[in-house]
Amino acid sequence: MAAVLECRGLTKTYRGKIAALDHVDLKLDAGKIVGLLGPNGSGKTTLIKTAVGLLKPSEGEILVGGLKPGKVTKAHVAYLPDRDFLPSYMTTDQLLDLYQDFYKDFNRSKALEMLQGLDLKLNQKMKEMSKGTREKLQLILTMSREAAVYFLDEPIAGVDPAVRDYILRTIISNYNEQALVVISTHLIADVEPILDEVVFLKNGKIALQQDAEDLRAETGKSVDHVFREVFKC
Amino acid sequence: MAWEFKDGTPMYRQIVQIFERKIASGEYQPEEKIPSVRDLAMEAGVNPNTMQRALSELESEGLVHTERTNGRFVTSEPGVLDELRRRLSYTCIQRFFRELTEIGFTRPQIIEAVRNWNEREGE
Repeated sequence: MAAVLECRGLTKTYRGKIAALDHVDLKLDAGKIVGLLGPNGSGKTTLIKTAVGLLKPSEGEILVGGLKPGKVTKAHVAYLPDRDFLPSYMTTDQLLDLYQDFYKDFNRSKALEMLQGLDLKLNQKMKEMSKGTREKLQLILTMSREAAVYFLDEPIAGVDPAVRDYILRTIISNYNEQALVVISTHLIADVEPILDEVVFLKNGKIALQQDAEDLRAETGKSVDHVFREVFKC
Repeated sequence: MAWEFKDGTPMYRQIVQIFERKIASGEYQPEEKIPSVRDLAMEAGVNPNTMQRALSELESEGLVHTERTNGRFVTSEPGVLDELRRRLSYTCIQRFFRELTEIGFTRPQIIEAVRNWNEREGE
């Protein structure tokens, strides 16, 4: 089976100096929830931004469904950035319209169904919501697209444990064997149970790529534990 | 998250053990339908593929069986359930002996201690 996401010698240098990604070779398949794990500054966000077409590779290439990121791939890639990215003056209703206008694969009824579980009014503006609610709403909008690849950049950073559980459950409940889900985070212990596969990024290079269960069986340790050893300061 | 997992053992093995206990204790009754992979994965807070793997393992152990379109059901074979209880009790006794050996008990002392305990605290 062809990889849904493939990097070949992918390199990204900022201002010609620091390599945020340094000749990365990586292949990820559909039907998996993959953890893109690394400390701050290891290149996680740069990799995702390259995959969604926000950044251009300095060297090498990245392919999504066999194609270079662009208009065609964007129609099948759902992206949750690591910070608020939607206009804060918009209401939930308006955001649903926005997603429907922008994305052919947006499933409004699925979004509404997920929103029902939230304590949220459809005419409430983003800026009137708590951080936890904003995070949940943005995740719901992202996961309500019937995409081939989902990139979730730090989806559980800075939220309380109840919101974190909600977010992880939402990702599990939307699991689809045709799609690839990539979750970047440095909060390994929290996401570990939902991952099929882990990719460790260290200084812009792949330090490890392995099936999560195999890694636990081989090392007799949790992914979190192995992570702490690899990235010991 | 709802289910607790320990470090270092593959998660699907731990899920299998949780199910074995639930089946042996009767929390899951013979012929009871078990929830879908997705629902179980959400309840446990684990990856659906991991849950799927655990259920396949339970199936190969004969503890659950799949009915084509209906879903999965707990076995009602008395032989299989007896064997499960025997296996779980064996693990339990093994751990018990190991822990007492670690704090300096010899085998005869352990057996003696069990007999004494049973006379005082047992029914």
